[in-house]
Amino acid sequence: MSEEMMEEGGGGVIKKFCYINRKAPYGTIYALESLEVVLIGAAFEQDVSVVFADDGIYQLTKGQDTAGIEMKNFSPTYRALEMYDVEKLYVEKESLEERGMTADDLIVPVEVLSSAQLQDLMEDQDVVLSF
Amino acid sequence: MKFGILVSEGPYTHQAADSAYLFTKAALEKGHEIYRIFFYHDGVNNGTRLTTPPQDERHIVNRWSELAEKHKLDLVVCVAAAQRRGIVDADEAKRNGKDGDNLAPGFRISGLGQLVEAGIQCERLVTFGD
Repeated sequence: MSEEMMEEGGGGVIKKFCYINRKAPYGTIYALESLEVVLIGAAFEQDVSVVFADDGIYQLTKGQDTAGIEMKNFSPTYRALEMYDVEKLYVEKESLEERGMTADDLIVPVEVLSSAQLQDLMEDQDVVLSF
Repeated sequence: MKFGILVSEGPYTHQAADSAYLFTKAALEKGHEIYRIFFYHDGVNNGTRLTTPPQDERHIVNRWSELAEKHKLDLVVCVAAAQRRGIVDADEAKRNGKDGDNLAPGFRISGLGQLVEAGIQCERLVTFGD
């Protein structure tokens, strides 16, 4: 990763980057590879927001045990985002409710926003990457 | 307008690779600039030169290589995603002790920073995927 971290190319420009995570953490690789983009992207010192919606909220659920599927449990990495100055984490309210969950079920502190509020947030972004 | 392109699905399984190619071609024909095309997730499979589709089918990989040569495009395959999926250039093959390499002409392997940089430098970053 250190080699990639050296690839600065922003030229002093700060844009609003929004990463949207909509898929469950396992089953497909999108969640893991999205997290890799967020971590590498942090080196560019942009204005980053990370959104979790639909099954993407399962990426943040507490107590993940992946031993049975022989995959690495990468959920502790979300706790490290703060160290990368990625502090704006948003979760869609409707997605939580549909799945019978609350913010207390998640491993990191998040801001819960309604679908309409998320719409405004996304409208305000320069770059939106959806995974 | 200056565009960055993200291709996040593999060729043939998913139309994303075709749509990205057709969009890129159309944008270039209209005089727009394509700053970079970044291949991520299974999209890295757009860059293997070993691809051998039936002769009466479009050759997605060669099509990218030809477009890149004609327009001097920057086709970048994510190194981490590529390594997981067995896409290697000569340097990577040597470094990882592999007996062959398969990166197609016109492509290069680099890091995810290239995707973020495209987001910063371009007026629009357009994603082709699910």
